[in-house]
Amino acid sequence: MNDSCPITLNGRALRVPAGATVAAAMVMANEPCRFSVTGQPRGPLCGMGICMECRATVDGVPHRRTCQVVCAPGMEVVTE
Amino acid sequence: MSGFDVVVVGAGPGGMAAATVAAEAGLRVCLLDDNASPGGQIWRSFQPGSASKYPHGKGFIAWSARLERTSCQVLQGWQAIDHPAPGVLRIERDGEVRDLRFERLILATGARERFLPFPGWTLPGAMGVGGVQALVKGGLDPRGKRVVLAGSGPLLLAVGAALAGKGAVVAGIYEQAPLLSLAAFAPTLLGHPGKLAEGARYRVATLRAPYRTGSWVVRAEGRGRVERVTLTDGRRQWTVDCDWLGCGFHLAPNLELPRLLGCRTVDGYVAVDGFQQSSVAGIACVGELTGIGGLEKALVEGQIAGLTAAGREAEALRLAPQQRRQQRFAQRLDRAFALRPELRALAQADTLVCRCEDVPHAELAPCTSWRQAKLHTRCGMGACQGRVCGAATEFLFGWENRPSRPPVFPAAVSALSTEVEAPQAVDR
Repeated sequence: MNDSCPITLNGRALRVPAGATVAAAMVMANEPCRFSVTGQPRGPLCGMGICMECRATVDGVPHRRTCQVVCAPGMEVVTE
Repeated sequence: MSGFDVVVVGAGPGGMAAATVAAEAGLRVCLLDDNASPGGQIWRSFQPGSASKYPHGKGFIAWSARLERTSCQVLQGWQAIDHPAPGVLRIERDGEVRDLRFERLILATGARERFLPFPGWTLPGAMGVGGVQALVKGGLDPRGKRVVLAGSGPLLLAVGAALAGKGAVVAGIYEQAPLLSLAAFAPTLLGHPGKLAEGARYRVATLRAPYRTGSWVVRAEGRGRVERVTLTDGRRQWTVDCDWLGCGFHLAPNLELPRLLGCRTVDGYVAVDGFQQSSVAGIACVGELTGIGGLEKALVEGQIAGLTAAGREAEALRLAPQQRRQQRFAQRLDRAFALRPELRALAQADTLVCRCEDVPHAELAPCTSWRQAKLHTRCGMGACQGRVCGAATEFLFGWENRPSRPPVFPAAVSALSTEVEAPQAVDR
């Protein structure tokens, strides 16, 4: 797989495969997508836009369902 | 406001088939889907150019090509959030709101995995079975990852085979249904040779992984993420080290939109007649909404709904034998993968049941209904709107008939309060 798409994840520069979702990038980088209301780290559960566990801030927009968002060059992703 | 003869919600196989045949018959059709591209779950991330190398890829190529040749308007990345007036569907994408006027509606919203709470199920690395599959289709690299798959349903073997094919180390596949239930289901497969061959292929692809029936997850553990999983067969327990756990208990239909529109449900599915029409005039439901049966069921039901919308009932009737066969298959599938009562005891007092509001089992146990649980604990009032914990509490506590309210998906308040545009004559 060619890691061709540069993104920034919690300030860290990464290259992810072209066409990868932001959720897939976050799992591969071992970064939680969000912290729960009691402070637990969470990652994707359903992978299809239902469970809302993979919410993160993408290019300044909060609560994006990262499993439904494809990485674009220069995208900035921050754990919520 | 845009006006259509038919609006189809959901661009999986059922929705694609319905939209295609309705548009081929000359109707003005809009196909709406909240993913980046059509295909739903089974055809997720398929591209017409490269799909032939995947199982089911040929069907996707054929239906994509047929859909492409029609004048059907395909809206990707949009979700239906409300039904603000009769004959109007409100849709939203990234804060933008539109109203679609329709004469008929065909709902093909599919299914999601049923998740049940167990200690450790909220750890990062613990995902659904279909969840792992969807993420891998979305670019997650499984090479060298040790994956345990557990829960229930035909998805376990299919996902195990797909992961093994992509270089994951499948560390074990654990099906909660007892061998006896599966054996009783086996003759059904003889009537569906395609499915039998598919299942055999999946098992061959996963031969290096232990596959056990009558076994289920007890807990997942690890520091900040899943590192190991403990399983049981009801007599003894054992532990398997892993990087990811995929655990899901068969599927549950996405009933939010049909319930909002008032469609009657029976035994957890939308009740439909032979033409896929629901209890609400002008609203048809197809695919997993009417029974979990998979690709072929969705395709035949979608075609029937699309033909019926076009007034071609006689053609639709020709598909009735196939439709009945697929519906019987769905009923037998439900019986074969019925959940065992032991699974109700997996969640401990401090195990979270509602992952959005972090509500533990102990706070829910004294409640007597879904409504009471919402009022007292905020269970089901978080971002997923009960999509995960609703199905879990239905199984754990028997709470049913969750009413559906707009917005069907989280949306800005402004999206709901926007006035519906005055109806216009549909321009022909």
